[in-house]
Amino acid sequence: MAKKKPESKNSDNSDAELNRELLHSMLLQRRFEERTAEAYALGKIGGFCHLYIGQEAVSTGSISLLRPDDYIITTYRDHGQALARGMTPRAVMSELFGRVDGCAHGKGGSMHMFDKSLGFLGGHGIVGAHVPLGTGVGFAIKYRGGDQVCVCFMGESVVNTGAFHEALNMAGLWKLPVVYVIENNRYGMGTSLERASAIHDIYERGAAYNMPRAQCDGQDVFAVRAAVQEAIDRARTESTPTLLEVRTYRFMGHSMSDAVSGTYRSKAELDEYMKRDPIALLRMHMHEQNQLTDEDLQKMDEEIKAVCQDAWDFADASPEPPLEALYEDVYVDTTSDAITEPVAAN
Amino acid sequence: MPVITYRDALNRALREEMQRDDRVFLMGEEVAVYQGAYKVSKGLLQEFGEMRVVDTPITELGFAGVGVGAAMVGLRPIIEFMTWNFGVLALDQVLNSAAKLLYMSGGQFNIPIVFRGPNGAALQLSAQHSQAFESWLAHIPGVKVVTPGTPYDALGLLKAAIRDDNPVCFLEGEMLYNTKGEVPDEEYVIPLGKADLKREGSDCSIITSGKMALLAMTVADQLAKENIHIDVVDLRTVRPMDVEAIKTSVEKTNRAVVLEEGWEICGIGTQVVDYIQRECFDSLDAPVVRVHQADVPMPYAKNLERAAKPDAAKTIAAVKKVMYL
Repeated sequence: MAKKKPESKNSDNSDAELNRELLHSMLLQRRFEERTAEAYALGKIGGFCHLYIGQEAVSTGSISLLRPDDYIITTYRDHGQALARGMTPRAVMSELFGRVDGCAHGKGGSMHMFDKSLGFLGGHGIVGAHVPLGTGVGFAIKYRGGDQVCVCFMGESVVNTGAFHEALNMAGLWKLPVVYVIENNRYGMGTSLERASAIHDIYERGAAYNMPRAQCDGQDVFAVRAAVQEAIDRARTESTPTLLEVRTYRFMGHSMSDAVSGTYRSKAELDEYMKRDPIALLRMHMHEQNQLTDEDLQKMDEEIKAVCQDAWDFADASPEPPLEALYEDVYVDTTSDAITEPVAAN
Repeated sequence: MPVITYRDALNRALREEMQRDDRVFLMGEEVAVYQGAYKVSKGLLQEFGEMRVVDTPITELGFAGVGVGAAMVGLRPIIEFMTWNFGVLALDQVLNSAAKLLYMSGGQFNIPIVFRGPNGAALQLSAQHSQAFESWLAHIPGVKVVTPGTPYDALGLLKAAIRDDNPVCFLEGEMLYNTKGEVPDEEYVIPLGKADLKREGSDCSIITSGKMALLAMTVADQLAKENIHIDVVDLRTVRPMDVEAIKTSVEKTNRAVVLEEGWEICGIGTQVVDYIQRECFDSLDAPVVRVHQADVPMPYAKNLERAAKPDAAKTIAAVKKVMYL
């Protein structure tokens, strides 16, 4: 595969059409998650469920820069990234409802969204454990001599796990094309960064792995795009990993069972951060640039709400998985005896 | 037929499979420049280069996960643990990633990976380096667990494990690497999940696997002198387990001893005994007896270690017990 030079730095914020796409992506995640919360309250969604509200500029900003053949791997807070990558709201909502039309046919649920065709390698539920996996994807890209990249999203609490350290050490050592995006939303469940990490500018941890590193504003989609683009370029053209700390905030509780504010963060703090709602910031920018009228926005919002309603209705009507699915997909039938010819890595 | 060591059989399997399939690579501690802590990967770096024979830092959780990630996007990693005692550090990646991704993704991501390395006790390595992990791993739906006891089985089963499209935990034996056996020059693959009747006899079955199959053969030789004839069933793969082979043997002999290297509680033998009581209840002439490691951490002192391990005397006593001799 030919190695292409990037065409722009993507910090440009004047492209009206692009800005509309970014806004649409972020607003879809917001409205979708609002309906997710509603469905959870009604008992249509079970288990653990972690909403993405407040962090939409991170998913949209990063994923909007990827090629179709690039890879994404992430944590259990994965609905937003799945939608940003182009998974249909129907497939995501059906998965949340535990129905057969879900992206994992109801076997994964909220924390485990997967779509192989989109290079979406899953939401993973053990904090830190997916970081070596994303590193392995980078290894495979390098092994095959490709110029794809893998974006590995994680919360800031991941940086205190052994898996993070082990994986980033190897990525730095072997120069793997991985962009590690830390979504620093300030809290690992209810424990603040300051109560969990010995250093607070956590992108500096990249120094331990001889890894290029940066910090950016996660509420400003253009700032995210500028930082991620630089990291992607570095991965694609130099096969070099980057540790990027994106400072964001979740507007909801850790999961559906967690109050929005109370024990570990105050209402005042939440209100302060909500003044920098990433969708509002983008909307205001577009208003200032005369790229978006109130009517445009209302129309977009109504369309998105209709899409989310459609996803809900579709998921509600989708059948539960058949009982025989219980024992399916534990193993695949192996091809071990069938393959006799030499096989190339590509 | 040529006679080679267990180590060389594994080396040949790795070489043949890496020649056959460019997607296969070997990764682990000391596998490349050092040529393998037990020299299983001798010569592979020179033949296949550093991209396919990869030395890692001491970082089991990390490189096991690197293997799983590479397998998600189409490579076929062989992850070597210097011993399965260190593989414990990577258990999260075996249990939560490799074993579950196919199921959690609704069938989208199978993980064709082999985790391999020596398992069980050697000599006086003490408590942290002498553990047998068959039952820990076999407990997990989504992985296969293979325990070859002979060079012939090691070669054929490792080739099958590498070609398998599922995660396979491949448990070798430190005390087995120097053992020798007949291995044909022609290529062969032994299907996973098939037991091997290592010896035929009509008086009592010994159902076992891996390194313990050699002990069972020694016991069978000794008992033959007393005109007691043992059916030695080497399971070879403990997950999936060849229940049919167990059933066939026990229905023939009506008596069974289950021999394993690991601890008693929730061991592999527990599962074998369960299959026997379910499948062969009416065939049994005596309760089944198990032989296993003493229910203690492995001691260092020679005499205590000997006392802790399963051995011929204990196994013979078990056979005589089920035969009411």
